[in-house]
Amino acid sequence: MVENNRWGNFFAHLVLIAGVAIVLFPVYVAFIASTHPPGTFVRGVMPLLPGTNAWDNYMTVITEGRSRAGTPPIAGMMWNSFIMAMAITIGKLSISLLSAFAIVYFRFPFRMFFFWIIFLTLMLPVEVRIVPTFEVVANLGMLNSFAGLSIPLIASATATFLFRQFFMTVPEELMEAARVDGAGPMKFFKDILLPLSITNIAALFVIMFIYGWNQYLWPLLITTDPSYYTIVMGLQRMVTGGDSEPLWHLVMATVVLAAMPPVLVILFMQRLFVKGLTETEK
Amino acid sequence: MATVKLDGVRKVYAGGVEAVKGVSIDIADGQLCVLVGPSGCGKSTLLRMIAGLEVITDGEISIDGRVVNRLEPAERDIAMVFQNYALYPHMKVYDNMAYGLRNRGQSKEEIDKRVREAARILELDELLQRKPRELSGGQRQRVAMGRAIVRHPKAFLFDEPLSNLDAKLRVHMRVEIKNLQRSLGVTSVYVTHDQVEAMTLADKLVVMNGGVAEQIDTPIKIYEKPATTFVASFIGSPAMNLLRGASAGPKGIALAGGQAVKPRDFQMPETGREVFLGVRPEHLTLVNGGNSDLELSVIAVESLGADTMAHGVLAGSNGRADKIIVRLPGAASIKEGDVLPLAINPGMAHVFDAETSKRI
Repeated sequence: MVENNRWGNFFAHLVLIAGVAIVLFPVYVAFIASTHPPGTFVRGVMPLLPGTNAWDNYMTVITEGRSRAGTPPIAGMMWNSFIMAMAITIGKLSISLLSAFAIVYFRFPFRMFFFWIIFLTLMLPVEVRIVPTFEVVANLGMLNSFAGLSIPLIASATATFLFRQFFMTVPEELMEAARVDGAGPMKFFKDILLPLSITNIAALFVIMFIYGWNQYLWPLLITTDPSYYTIVMGLQRMVTGGDSEPLWHLVMATVVLAAMPPVLVILFMQRLFVKGLTETEK
Repeated sequence: MATVKLDGVRKVYAGGVEAVKGVSIDIADGQLCVLVGPSGCGKSTLLRMIAGLEVITDGEISIDGRVVNRLEPAERDIAMVFQNYALYPHMKVYDNMAYGLRNRGQSKEEIDKRVREAARILELDELLQRKPRELSGGQRQRVAMGRAIVRHPKAFLFDEPLSNLDAKLRVHMRVEIKNLQRSLGVTSVYVTHDQVEAMTLADKLVVMNGGVAEQIDTPIKIYEKPATTFVASFIGSPAMNLLRGASAGPKGIALAGGQAVKPRDFQMPETGREVFLGVRPEHLTLVNGGNSDLELSVIAVESLGADTMAHGVLAGSNGRADKIIVRLPGAASIKEGDVLPLAINPGMAHVFDAETSKRI
């Protein structure tokens, strides 16, 4: 900004603060609600100041869950979600890096055909192919397992496509220099291509971790054993389960906990982002 | 230390394009061989075939007496300097130079010794811990050279290494490369499209055109006795004047513009043969009217200080004749519209067959 207008600054900040407030308010309400005792919400009035029951509420959801309504302790569900999200993220990254590497750097028959086949699957999100996928997973005996939770979601056309585009911008001379330097294809991939794509990997890691963490429909379908429940589906069970009114103080405590890992991943990866960006920009 | 020998090397691309049409070159131990030619003449393809980055369609390449046709680049014991340097952007200068040695499983001490030695030769000692993006163009160029030197290869291959540098640095690096190559005594192949680079660097010059080596010789021999009209016009700046004409027996050569020329110390081709008469701009001298070989009417004058370039056509040729450039001393006071009587220096006329463009 060239102009340094006092009122301009004021309005700019006003708009920004309003935007932040709109986004943060529901989060704030969720947090406040998670700190009150059970009776508070029956009156239909939402308190806006923290209550005194925070420790009890959080300990309850983490260690007990709501066992009578069929919701196990959420510590276990968080762990399941984490395993599933990490498996999906790491699986997606390794498979798409390798397939993009193959498509860009090797000349094999039907190379473009395979690329377009991968590309076409972009048009088929999980929901569209969910019934046949369920059939396959069920026949393979992968219901109620981490393999069943993560493997069907690993194939990723988006990431393959992004890495392909990135690899194509890497000068061909680097590959030739590596060949003269005696690096075979996998050594070139490991020593040169991977370090160069670190920022792309970090960006996709964040996106895919959140994608994996937020999976709802798929875990709901293939898990019947509570020990494989994930946090997002557990949340839903907690709201609808049982005959009584939803226990909002516990639901909100779960919500706050469920939102933490994606936030942490973003905060952690942001550093890597910025580092990568400043290093290549210089 | 090795010889590099190319024998009838051909390259045909998948689409059927023949980029290199049978080139044979013998490069002696320690020689610097320059491949020069316009873009698309196949010089880079030829270099990449020596490096092992392109498959050889036909013919044989041997380095140090060993046929390398089917060997991987790393097994050929060569080092290459790329046009855009191809430094690994995420590695420090030190690691860039050490990478090839590490892949070969050299010991840490040996790698360190060689990298430090190369850094000393190239004055890179201060820069070893920097990354390529923190270096200037000339420094990157030197790192690329360093990466080649540490390998102690049998041959250096240079692919237009100076074309990304500015003019001043280019002259400086040209001298450095030459000195370095001399002091290390490593057989080298150097590709360029710049004929000044080619002339100054080469022990052996290969002028390429359309996938064919038109002439292979020392730079001076090529300058003095170009084998074809292409070589004649490509080597030397400004280019050699090529005048279309026909041999007219005792009168000399009848040029397209109407004048006849009879150079001194000159072997006249048989009467009636269609030829090109070639004279370099620097081999035409301004003389008194009576002794002139040809008369030039000046169209444009370029004063460069040391020299004056006069562009023109043969006088009285009503525009149909070939353009001529003359290099005159800087003090020459001439202007557009002048008619200059010129003499060809004795023994400095070249004649080429009009059909085959070969030297007669």
